[in-house]
Amino acid sequence: MSGASGPVLEVTDLDVGYRISGGHIHAVRGASLTVGEGEVVAVVGESGSGKSTLAQAVIGLLPANGTIDGGSIRLRGSTDVTELAGLSEKAFREVRGRRIGLVPQDPTVSLNPVQRIGVQVGEVLRVHGLADKRTARLRAVELLARAGLPDPEVRAGQYPHELSGGMRQRVLIAIAIAARPGLIIADEPTSALDATVQQRILDHLDTLRAETGTAMLLITHDLGVAADRADRVVVMAGGRIVEEGPVDRILADPADPYTRTLVAAAPGLSPLSAPRIPPQPSGRPIVQVSGLTKDFPLPRVQGRRGVLRAVDDVSFDIARGETLALVGESGSGKSTTARLVLRLADPTAGEIRFDGADITRVKGRAWRELRRRAQLVYQNPYASLDPRFSVEEVVTEPLRAFAVGSPAQRRTRAAELVGRVALPASVLARKPAELSGGQRQRIAIARALALSPDLVVCDEPVSALDVSVQAQVLALLEELRADQGLTYLFISHDLAVVRRIAHRVGVMREGRLLELRPTEELFTDPREDYTRDLLGAIAGRRHATDAA
Amino acid sequence: MTELLIREGPPDSSGTAPGSSVALPTPPTRRERLHRVLRFLGHRPGLVVASLVVLLVLVAAFAPGVLAPGDPNIGVVAEKLRPPSAAHLFGTDYLGRDVYTRVVHGASLSLQATVIAVAVALLVGGLLGLLAGFVGRWVDEALMRVVDVLLSIPAILLSLALITALGYGTVKVAIAVGVASVASFARVMRAETMRIRRSTYVEAARSVGTRWYVTLWRHVLPNAAGPVLVLAVLEFGLAILAVSSLSFLGYGAPPPAPEWGSLIAEGRNYLATSWWLCAMPGLTIAATVLSVNRISRALDGEWSGAR
Amino acid sequence: MTGTLPRYLLRRLGTAVAVLWAAYTVSFVVLYLLPGDPVTTMASGGLDGEPLTPEQIEALKARYGFDKPLIVQYGTRLWAALHGDLGASIQNGQEVRSAILEALPPTVQIALGGLLVAVVLGGGLAIAATYTSQRWLRQLLMALPSLAVSLPVFWVGLMLVQIFAFGLRWLPSVGASGFPALVLPSITLGLPMGALLAQVLAKSLTTVLDEPYVQTARAKGAGRAAIHLRHALQNAAIPALTVLGYVAGNLLAGTVVVETVFTRPGLGRLTVQAVGVQDIPLVQGIVLFASLVFVGVNLLVDLIYPVLDPRIAEGVPATS
Repeated sequence: MSGASGPVLEVTDLDVGYRISGGHIHAVRGASLTVGEGEVVAVVGESGSGKSTLAQAVIGLLPANGTIDGGSIRLRGSTDVTELAGLSEKAFREVRGRRIGLVPQDPTVSLNPVQRIGVQVGEVLRVHGLADKRTARLRAVELLARAGLPDPEVRAGQYPHELSGGMRQRVLIAIAIAARPGLIIADEPTSALDATVQQRILDHLDTLRAETGTAMLLITHDLGVAADRADRVVVMAGGRIVEEGPVDRILADPADPYTRTLVAAAPGLSPLSAPRIPPQPSGRPIVQVSGLTKDFPLPRVQGRRGVLRAVDDVSFDIARGETLALVGESGSGKSTTARLVLRLADPTAGEIRFDGADITRVKGRAWRELRRRAQLVYQNPYASLDPRFSVEEVVTEPLRAFAVGSPAQRRTRAAELVGRVALPASVLARKPAELSGGQRQRIAIARALALSPDLVVCDEPVSALDVSVQAQVLALLEELRADQGLTYLFISHDLAVVRRIAHRVGVMREGRLLELRPTEELFTDPREDYTRDLLGAIAGRRHATDAA
Repeated sequence: MTELLIREGPPDSSGTAPGSSVALPTPPTRRERLHRVLRFLGHRPGLVVASLVVLLVLVAAFAPGVLAPGDPNIGVVAEKLRPPSAAHLFGTDYLGRDVYTRVVHGASLSLQATVIAVAVALLVGGLLGLLAGFVGRWVDEALMRVVDVLLSIPAILLSLALITALGYGTVKVAIAVGVASVASFARVMRAETMRIRRSTYVEAARSVGTRWYVTLWRHVLPNAAGPVLVLAVLEFGLAILAVSSLSFLGYGAPPPAPEWGSLIAEGRNYLATSWWLCAMPGLTIAATVLSVNRISRALDGEWSGAR
Repeated sequence: MTGTLPRYLLRRLGTAVAVLWAAYTVSFVVLYLLPGDPVTTMASGGLDGEPLTPEQIEALKARYGFDKPLIVQYGTRLWAALHGDLGASIQNGQEVRSAILEALPPTVQIALGGLLVAVVLGGGLAIAATYTSQRWLRQLLMALPSLAVSLPVFWVGLMLVQIFAFGLRWLPSVGASGFPALVLPSITLGLPMGALLAQVLAKSLTTVLDEPYVQTARAKGAGRAAIHLRHALQNAAIPALTVLGYVAGNLLAGTVVVETVFTRPGLGRLTVQAVGVQDIPLVQGIVLFASLVFVGVNLLVDLIYPVLDPRIAEGVPATS
């Protein structure tokens, strides 16, 4: 790696645009950044900030309607410097994989489902003439081992669907490092994975990178991840770079107002300053769950029919006015528990009492009556609103269902409800498709409030939203709880989010409730090893503890 | 407070992120909408032509006299087998009848059969699919097995079996064609119903206490209707082809009546010498089907994508 | 994991048998339950004009078993069909099975010819249309299939005859002798099927080429051709294979029209004749044979799926 000197990657005044029907949009404007040898530079921004477009431009994989309108992208090689802007497709093929490696966003869809793992890893070597058919196979196994995959020989002969998401991400890392590129671009490399898996894989990537001195451009929406992993941070908004600098400086003293909101909103970055949560209310319990169990039948294997125990002997109470959070990774049974409490699914065993009454097996009228008093806010505000309904129809649907009020009264109530979730009354005439994700989630919350319920179950209500929007929706939820005496059952995979809103937190794993404790107690003095793992995996926490 | 909460995007910072704090997009005015439709059509001359063709066919079917005032069954024998000319746009046949007039008057019978076929398929298939998709469980299982069986008998053979049992005639051919495509409608309707029934917004509606029949009426049907109607338009084209095939084979209306398929069958005997007898009615069928398919494609995605 | 593939096959085989039985039932219901039994049709002089006496009618009904209750007829006929006995033609008393087998060879010839035309034309067109980076060429190639599926098959046949037989005199217009007589019928039969195949494969290829794993392959530095053929085609093949199975299963139906247009002997012509005289046992026999072919072809397709996509053999739903 000697010869040419200077930064590995130097982007100067880059403009990237997309041709769309009837116009042209600028996705990246006048962006300049450098990545030095062995350096990790994180590009942080929310959706639509242009960060992914920037990465795609660097590796020459812009969509067909995207073009580089100006500026330069210079990549330093072992002997010379190559200008990537305007490079021919043929010449770019020599760069991709060989000089720039890519770790893509979602490992579950980024491997060819009908090709064996070994072949896919070996392909990058064969494409660049670094191995023939036989040696490629051997090298592939070596690379899989380096990427930290157990039993690499076995894995090389398997198909992607036989591997877990985390293992597939390691395969993709093996592909990215195979030809020993000088630069790796990691585009949201782990946002599709559970936090503990994410943590381990990023650690491993760090180690590999440190061994070879490879530079990395890390694209992420999560300032916490950037804080933990990067040397320098570049903040993007609206296609422009608004601020850049060393991690510590950006976090401690953000100069740009947007960076400031981002830092303030990042859930993992400020866990040490205890968030303002009013004392836990000690009313009569509104929900009492004991010994709750739910089995799902598995498909027949070898003639025997197994069951999956999704929820295993779970017991808890929720006090009136309290926010109880259940956290866990995917498959922990937290969402199933929520659905059982709402009686949208039938429990296999156990008892659920709502406001003192046993609702474990209620049907018919009583079940419908429960719909009035307990509401659900879904994770994905894009899927939970009927695309053909106007906002008014969405919000008044519960009122119609229970024939509450006249049409005129319902209209008044709808206006009042959208007002309560801080939206102007003019949204009532709109279709959900015209609103942003955060606005839609507010509509979903308004719908949940329409019948003035006692309990609102929030199933990952902010995980589909951008960080700064997350903070606003969480604040709204807390405000509504305080004003209206609502009770929340809050389901989340994100401990940092939970800390901002919950009075008590239950940690779930493989269907069981491991521990249920007041929030601060759990965060400062976790009893279970698993809880400790989860806490350790909060992005940004590493940085926060270092700084303390 | 309210204004602060509505802010979704990054706040403006000395003009670095222009326009990102706009709370709501403004709805289009009527004028903008008209403008949008015109621009949409302007980019698609093929669609405009297709609509015109379909319009002409409809006029021919309901008021053939407007396009061709003559009698389709009366010919001047002295002028038999004349090639297309100004006097006879599509030429004349072996009895000296004007082929253009016969094609225009044939539209009525052919279109009638097509409409019946599509209606049968849409109603029966749609209802079966809705039932299977919404009720689920064993109803779904049973209905879908029946559909599988219907699909395993090639459509034209199923139609022929029905004709064997029912006999000849335009309406019977139409019913035979319609029944043969019940299965594909049932499939699409079921798939759509299932997709929507399992969607989060339907579960959300159920979980706020909406009754199942209200859900069916207000959520499932309106959302499932789009794809099924697109299929219906597409089926319209296929039905024209199937009906004309059966009419070509001689199962349609008895001879003097002009049907598009039987016109071609008649012309077949004069293929070596008088090409227009087959070519002209065939081109009419092709133009109609092509136009219908073009419109179906526009309904399917382009319009919603262009908005 | 062992045993999943045989289980998959057994399940498919079971379905195939059930579908055949059901097809038999459906054709029975359509042909025997709907008004008009064949003997009455014959009796009214539907065929050779000579009305029969009531005694003759009864004798005929007894001979063909139409005098028994329907459920008994269903049972005995199904039992016979299971033993390969599809009854006798009402028209001329010939065994339905031998009538079908006799008519089969010329039909198989054009069916295979049509399939070849469909695969070569449809597959080639789809690959070319998705491979080219010329926008106009792509749009042109993509427009061809939708044009082809809009044309009436019989008309295409007639126009081909008009041009190549009468106009250019390159090929014979009718008959079933020799290879040249096979060309035009095969093209006529294969064209609409090829168009369908091209549409599905092109759409599927377009979708697959947008998948993230194709992006991964591009990020490795792989060339366009390698990505198209090594990564995309195999993934895109599944929907195309489904359509191919459907198309191949429907080849017999296509020959009904094509054989009439080209005046070729074969199963298609036999069908037209049988329908013309309401020869119910023969029509049912042909319908059954067609669904046997359909089921057989699709069983074959089911066998190919796991080869193309390892997820299918293990019951993992393929997302593509």
